[in-house]
Amino acid sequence: MNIKSFILKNKRLAIGGSITAIMVILAVTGLFFTPYDPNAMDISAKLSGISPRHIMGCDNFGRDIFSRVLAGLSTTMVVAVGTVFIGIVFGTLIGAFTGYYGGYLDEIMMRFNDAVLAFPSLLLALVFISVMGSGKLNVTIALGILFIPSYARIMRGEFLKCRNLDYVMSARLMGASDMRIMFVHILPNTVRVMLSTIAIGFNNAVLAEAGMSYLGIGVQPPDASLGRMLSEAQSYLFVRPGYAVCTGMAIVLLILGFSMLSEGLEKNA
Amino acid sequence: MDNKVLTVSGLNSYYNVKTDKWGIGTARRQVLKDVSFEIGRGEIVGLVGESGCGKSTLAKCILGMVKDHDGRIEHGSTKMIFQDPYGSLNPAKTVGWILEEPLRIKKELKDPERNKKVSEMIHLVGLDDGFLVRKPGELSGGQRQRICIALALMMEPDLIIADEPVSALDVTVQDQILKLLLKLNRELNIAFLFISHDLKVVYSVCERVMVMKDGMIVEQGSDEQIYRAPEHPYTRQLLAAVIDDPVRDGS
Repeated sequence: MNIKSFILKNKRLAIGGSITAIMVILAVTGLFFTPYDPNAMDISAKLSGISPRHIMGCDNFGRDIFSRVLAGLSTTMVVAVGTVFIGIVFGTLIGAFTGYYGGYLDEIMMRFNDAVLAFPSLLLALVFISVMGSGKLNVTIALGILFIPSYARIMRGEFLKCRNLDYVMSARLMGASDMRIMFVHILPNTVRVMLSTIAIGFNNAVLAEAGMSYLGIGVQPPDASLGRMLSEAQSYLFVRPGYAVCTGMAIVLLILGFSMLSEGLEKNA
Repeated sequence: MDNKVLTVSGLNSYYNVKTDKWGIGTARRQVLKDVSFEIGRGEIVGLVGESGCGKSTLAKCILGMVKDHDGRIEHGSTKMIFQDPYGSLNPAKTVGWILEEPLRIKKELKDPERNKKVSEMIHLVGLDDGFLVRKPGELSGGQRQRICIALALMMEPDLIIADEPVSALDVTVQDQILKLLLKLNRELNIAFLFISHDLKVVYSVCERVMVMKDGMIVEQGSDEQIYRAPEHPYTRQLLAAVIDDPVRDGS
């Protein structure tokens, strides 16, 4: 089966893939280029509606909403990718060692894991932020650390499942080192599970970032963030509903596209 | 170890069982009791016995996978073929990668020499280079077991321990794999320790048979001796349990 017919047959993959591709292109564009400076205020255009000059209108400070959505999208995506990256790297490391070796190390790490998982994650994020201070980088680190336990748990299960299989035994008999067995022999067998957890994690990270910024503990001004724009738009919901709708749609499309893409991939992987 | 590829004498092995759910109280159970035998170069020895009698534990002891044992084990280079050809090949890797792995770990050969050796081995087990780029999931049980045998041959062992190598395969494929093992035995003079619960299979390939019960070797001798004139009551019981007994068929 060639790739073209594979994608055409799988509607979820096709739709999710195109939405995600568009969002990624927009986000990457937002990193380097926006029609207006996302922070440039133009009081004369304050809360203006859709017009050829501002295709999504302007906010309460007269900033171009389209430019801010682009910038916010790239901020959100960078934070989400960073979060998932921190989570998956450390989660896989911890999961590999605890799952493969088992024993007391496993027991201690997993009880610690349970303790962390028992806290509401937003509350823990609040604690991290109040200790480290807010800002793009700190939000990424805080969310990344929060994601580690759940990733570690999933990866531990995978390594636990594989460690007594015959192919691992035979690698051990060949004299392969534990490191080689863990990361060369077992790791490729966990890719499928890893991909689906990454997909779920990415969506959670987008929501967490937006939620934190909405509450004012995430990305700080002057950086644009979809969550903070949404909280600003709230005050002008009846005057200028387009503001909230455009910002909200960006978040919805980002998550919708990515979950459809991952579901489509999972189905046919 | 002039002419012997394996000498086992006075081997006892133990394992720990948990006696409560916290894993604090453990009891030591003995699995193998005073096991002694030898395997000569190029010899095919069968090991039969019921499930749980310690056959696989013996194999693991010889390979050094069971730490808790005493007694003396001396062996030359030894490799193992596992029972389940579905679990013993890494599903995420290609056959070529799997076969190359022991050479990579040993770090003796350079790249082109490794490829040459892999190709040589895969022809030896009756497959061709086309299989090297495929993954184990795309192969049949018999083909997988051939790959497992090629993998065992990679390091040029003196002895191959085959733990139920054909039990997971259907009868016609069983026959092909047994023929392959016999061919390797003749051409490369590799000794086999053939572990099985299937007396017919053991009878068709082995020169010498050992019967194991409750961790002890209760009887050993040439296959003719064991099949025609079993001495131990357990051996008689085992033979009686085979419905179409090869001895009765043959005579």
